[in-house]
Amino acid sequence: MAVTNQLKNQHLFCRAGFGVATENLKDLAGVSPKKMYAALEKASNAKPEYFDVADNSIKGIFMGISDVAKMEELKKNGLDSDTRKRIRQQSREDLKSLNLKWLDEMINTDAQLREKMALFWHGHFACRDINIFFQQLMLADIRSNALGNFGDLLKAVSKSASMLGFLNNQQNKKQHPNENFAREVMELFTLGRGNYTENDIKEAARAFTGWSFNIKGEFVFRKFQHDDGKKTILGKTGNFNGDDVLNILLEQKQTAKYITKKIYKFFVNENEVDQSKVDWLSDRFYQSSYSISGLMNDIFTSDWFYDEKNIGANIKSPIELMVGIRRLLPMEIETEQLQLLFQRALGQVLFYPPNVAGWPGGKNWIDSSSLMLRLRIPQLIKDDDAFQLNVKSDDDQQMGMKENTQKKGAGMNAIAKGGFQVRANVDWEKYAKQFDGVGREHLYDVIESVVLQTKPGSIHETSVKSVIDSSTRENYIKTVTVALMGTPEFQLC
Amino acid sequence: MVHIKRRQFLQVGSLATATLFVPKFLKAFEKREFNFVPPGNKVVVILQLSGGNDGLNTVIPVRNDIYYRERPKLGIERSKGLSLTDEVSLHPELTAFADLYNDGSLGILNSVGYPNPDRSHFRSMDIWHTASQSDQYLNTGWVGRYLDAQCKGCDKPTQALEIDDVLSLALKGDNIKGLAFKDPRRLYNTSHEKYYKDLAKNHKHDHEHEKPVDYLYKTMSETLSSADYIFQQSKLRPTSADYPKTELGNSFKTISSLIFSDINTKVYYVSLGSFDTHYNQQQQQQRLFKEMNDAIAAFTKDLKTNNRFQDVLLMTFSEFGRRVAQNASSGTDHGTANNMFFIGGDLKQKGIINAMPDLTDLQDGDLKYKVDFKNVYATVLNKWLGANDKLILGKQYDYLY
Repeated sequence: MAVTNQLKNQHLFCRAGFGVATENLKDLAGVSPKKMYAALEKASNAKPEYFDVADNSIKGIFMGISDVAKMEELKKNGLDSDTRKRIRQQSREDLKSLNLKWLDEMINTDAQLREKMALFWHGHFACRDINIFFQQLMLADIRSNALGNFGDLLKAVSKSASMLGFLNNQQNKKQHPNENFAREVMELFTLGRGNYTENDIKEAARAFTGWSFNIKGEFVFRKFQHDDGKKTILGKTGNFNGDDVLNILLEQKQTAKYITKKIYKFFVNENEVDQSKVDWLSDRFYQSSYSISGLMNDIFTSDWFYDEKNIGANIKSPIELMVGIRRLLPMEIETEQLQLLFQRALGQVLFYPPNVAGWPGGKNWIDSSSLMLRLRIPQLIKDDDAFQLNVKSDDDQQMGMKENTQKKGAGMNAIAKGGFQVRANVDWEKYAKQFDGVGREHLYDVIESVVLQTKPGSIHETSVKSVIDSSTRENYIKTVTVALMGTPEFQLC
Repeated sequence: MVHIKRRQFLQVGSLATATLFVPKFLKAFEKREFNFVPPGNKVVVILQLSGGNDGLNTVIPVRNDIYYRERPKLGIERSKGLSLTDEVSLHPELTAFADLYNDGSLGILNSVGYPNPDRSHFRSMDIWHTASQSDQYLNTGWVGRYLDAQCKGCDKPTQALEIDDVLSLALKGDNIKGLAFKDPRRLYNTSHEKYYKDLAKNHKHDHEHEKPVDYLYKTMSETLSSADYIFQQSKLRPTSADYPKTELGNSFKTISSLIFSDINTKVYYVSLGSFDTHYNQQQQQQRLFKEMNDAIAAFTKDLKTNNRFQDVLLMTFSEFGRRVAQNASSGTDHGTANNMFFIGGDLKQKGIINAMPDLTDLQDGDLKYKVDFKNVYATVLNKWLGANDKLILGKQYDYLY
């Protein structure tokens, strides 16, 4: 199969972003992938907007504490249990807003590469924290450093209140070192398993003692909890502190290799890793002192990235799937909180990674329940169908409270017991307009080439044609698109 | 604390200690040589109590002063509990469990946990689901790996079923994953679409170079045929017994109907929650226990009536127990070791299998585990399901008997 320019561009949008948007369709055939990538890169260099969704009622409690005296008092006495409970409940609600806000950004922004990269780092630096302020801060660190320098990103995240709290570094004190933070920094953030010893972890944990944060989420170094004695880490000896450890880890070529391979699997091919390409990329990544944008440029401007074997080779994550549908089909979703329900049912809720290792991806996304729901979602959007869906409670999210999914006006549109209805207005007219000028006899092939990343004609056309409505041109376009989206092939990008 | 290996305490030679620590609660192994029932008909039903059920208010140490001292408000008085022995009572809602105890069909295993316990729900649940060490991250569950080992070449992945809309990690294997559904009819209706069948039928599967798309088609085809199969089986000999009209009641009704059918299912999985009782524990636990008790009362009665009780092993677990001391909001916070219930008509050893938790020997206010849950899994896999537990758990764990 000759890989057409259009397919190359779609491949680029799938990987360096969340798929082709309706308004991109007209440029796919004519613009070269190199030019397309340059545009994506340029748009992604803009500084991201800070997402602030925290409710005013708890903002007062945290951010309003400007005078030091009050803050000290709060720290000393702690918050009373009712206030804590209120903060937690509101925080959980606000995390949903932050989730939807970020989702909207993924759908609408031209800075596709930045947000896609941020989603990668969000899984790499997997963290759960109920505190909305700390989460907002960490997300901002990730989004603003997503394409910057990996060392800066590593340091920002390692010093974020969310991560320090999540990995128990508050409990890492000179007298009683807690190794959790040091272990995950080496195992998951930099070197990967098997590239350090248990002793390296013990020693690094000592270096991280005293790393802490205050109620505003600012990094605090607690000198009296810090162990300033000699440590030996990865063959180096000195009176190291936490920053020194991170620098030592960055000096290791293994860090560049580990990160590059993970990026290659996420952005190029999760099944077949071409080690010679990974080596080439990681050498350059290391030599550039960890320029992420340099690494991504190396990937997306290389001819091999557009090889047939890499196209449509990855299984879309639930976020990629849902954002991709909303980019291709312009729509207003009334029942926007249903997107959170879909995230839960499909196994990827933003801000709630399954564990510190992040989402495993690939085939792990697919089981009978998740696949059948994936196949149905386009239909649910098109027809405003009612459907039944119960998801298990997540106790870290709900703290034992029954989640109110039945509440009217909560953006869920619950209909009967356990039943839901998606209410979405798709701008079919705008979408159909992109196909103006395509003759009816070519329409099916053209739509298929836009919707799917698999070989043209790989899907059984007669099966598709048996479920489409040919009464009008718009209905035809609409039903072919939805039918193609309801296929196994559509799960690939 | 160092977990005492079976070998070590056998060397101690004290019969009392050995019987205390080596529970013998399953009888399936001996039965099999008589071919009493075809081994294929033995099933396990796993009931997950999500959120961290408070074990100390479930199986209550009614003669323990420390219990009442640490729980002035939440402690359940001896007179209110359902007395099992002089020292032990059950939560007042668990009447069916007390009956099963008297009837010799209940086993209680105390202080089950794992080394270096994690107090986060999702992490600890992960550890229980994947049977990993607490510093190890696995992407497959223990029942899923049972499927991988068991189901090579089997045409329908219905050997493990979860009564839920979302499949738990426990049931995900490398190659084979269990199937989740809430109701066989709904599963049938949503998957019984001509469109999907047409697509599946016409897909050209490349067996030599299996690609992700082939994997997706394979999952789809299996789901479609399994959905038909499950629906047909659920109609074969549907139970006519009364079940409570609760979610769990409905789930157990579905399970019993499938047990009575000719389906090849070996493991059923169902969850109840949330037991995360930081606030007003009493009400919440009571409500959930009522739902659990009534459903299990109906289920066990139904199995007995149909002479299948001896083929079923039902076990409960929770990701952790709760702190010994109550908190300031009439609740309890996340803890560590917990008890497990075993229910069935063919238990090797019944009753209270090992010692009640030692409240004088705590770690940071939490119970210390005495039995690793992975030893429980190994025992169930090997003795009840006749599976290769070493392969599935990645290591040979001592059996509990």
